Amino acid sequence: MSVLVFTENWDGKFKKMSFELVSYASKIAEMLNIQTVALSIGDVQENELKKLGNYAADKIISVNHDKLQNLDNQAYTSVIAEIAEKEGAKVVIIAQNNMGKALAPRLSVKLKAGLGAGVSKLPSSVEPFTIFKKVYSGKAYSNLVIKSDIKILTLAQNSFEFEENDKSPAIENFEPALGDDLFKTSVSNVQKQTGKILLNDADVVVSGGRGMKSGDQWAPIEELAELLGAATACSRPVSDEGWRPHDEHTGQTGKIIAPNLYIAAGISGAIQHLAGISSSKCIVAINTDKDAPIFEAADYGIVGDVAKVLPDFIQAVKEIK
Amino acid sequence: MKILICLSNVPDTTTKAKFVNDNTAFDTTGVQWIINPWDELALTRALELKSDAASSIENITVITVGGQDAEPTMRKALAIGADDAVRIDAEPKDAYFVAAQIAEYIKSNPFDLIFSGIESADYNGSAAGGMLAEFLNIPSVSAGSSVNIENGQIKITRDIDGGTEDVTPELPVVAIVQKGIAKEPMIAAMRGIMMARKKPLNVVAPVEVEALTEIVNFEMPQPKPACKMIEPENVKELVNLLQNEAKVI
Repeated sequence: MSVLVFTENWDGKFKKMSFELVSYASKIAEMLNIQTVALSIGDVQENELKKLGNYAADKIISVNHDKLQNLDNQAYTSVIAEIAEKEGAKVVIIAQNNMGKALAPRLSVKLKAGLGAGVSKLPSSVEPFTIFKKVYSGKAYSNLVIKSDIKILTLAQNSFEFEENDKSPAIENFEPALGDDLFKTSVSNVQKQTGKILLNDADVVVSGGRGMKSGDQWAPIEELAELLGAATACSRPVSDEGWRPHDEHTGQTGKIIAPNLYIAAGISGAIQHLAGISSSKCIVAINTDKDAPIFEAADYGIVGDVAKVLPDFIQAVKEIK
Repeated sequence: MKILICLSNVPDTTTKAKFVNDNTAFDTTGVQWIINPWDELALTRALELKSDAASSIENITVITVGGQDAEPTMRKALAIGADDAVRIDAEPKDAYFVAAQIAEYIKSNPFDLIFSGIESADYNGSAAGGMLAEFLNIPSVSAGSSVNIENGQIKITRDIDGGTEDVTPELPVVAIVQKGIAKEPMIAAMRGIMMARKKPLNVVAPVEVEALTEIVNFEMPQPKPACKMIEPENVKELVNLLQNEAKVI
């Protein structure tokens, strides 16, 4: 029996998220007194795979297959399910990101396993299996019991501190049974931005709202982001106005993020915006209105005009770098 | 081509969450119910596609699993422009239960393109669409930010880390969609509201399905400590606190 954790790779490399996942899975395996098995799909070199052992994987299964170069939800689900059955998985852990959200629900049906989506802590009990998750877009939480024999959890990004734990797991190369009837999608026109810090990965995010006055006033946001190694984001009115692209929109109906530091410049903090950022570890708010709801969610606040405060902020950061 | 849109009936996004019965049930007092925002965008996009004759869309159906209290939301979807509506008469127990109910309906009433919003504003599971596709053994494309029909084929642009790619699936397909597929949700016109009353809203009996999860109770988030205010002339102090107290830069 095992806890199976699916670790995605990015051009053959793992990210912090992968290690959070393996670490989280190993803690659940400890609670259940069973093994942790990590699964990687794609072309990942042995020395990279071995890194998963540093976060307490007991065994690593690598699937590298020509047909799996693009994400086909049905085919990937079939591979993960095949390995879950082979390894007697009691719990399957996946990231709560684009790929995880695409696969976990399918896997839930395939394995008849109840899904706990977007967990950020360990289960409070394994008998009954009880997890704690956000509901109503973070306005509340629920304690949820998963009643099925197998459980699937998706782990929210940047929510679990990983621990180093040296193990030297065996690596098994596995050839999945992939029928042709599984592949019903074709992928084309892949567009990737390079050299840009991705909003979902960023440790620091600098975000602008209507208080920035117009789309051509964004230079201070970009400069501060550059200095802090941060991604840029915006509130909904900003993307609705076309000042910034919609993929920067952060909030309930846009991106939901949880960076270590979120800087909100000229954002009033509507309830829908807060739903997208409230899991951030530290929130800084700059706004002219002292009664703006953003200050209720913030850790540090400045009542002032972004046009004055941001240049000072940039200067002060330059001084410490 | 026939389109189905899975709708959730959810509290308006500005609603404050409150609970009753020892925090085991959502307090619906005074709550306004709306079409789940992503489902509303899916409906909007479906109507945009239908308005182009070349896309040859014959029919747009909306479906939900819910009690009679979900009907005003279904009527709203009909007023916006859906051709007919289906309500599977059961309390939605969990995403698995909901997806199983809708899958049963689709098995005897096939569709070519099935839309599902990327998540519901209440349980935030991002689950029903993918589950539905697996029950039906058909492809699903997730995180779709644009859906087009070209020469009878559906092309879905989906978000991947740091970019996008186009996916052309075999039909039928479940398209799990997010912001971007339509700009603004379409609003019902007076004529639409009048017509909606005459459009069919079929009530279907549920099948027996066991839910796999159960909510024990709800909790409110821990209150945050008060925000530390810094004078606007003293941004240096803020940077100092971020570096030495919060240790985030």
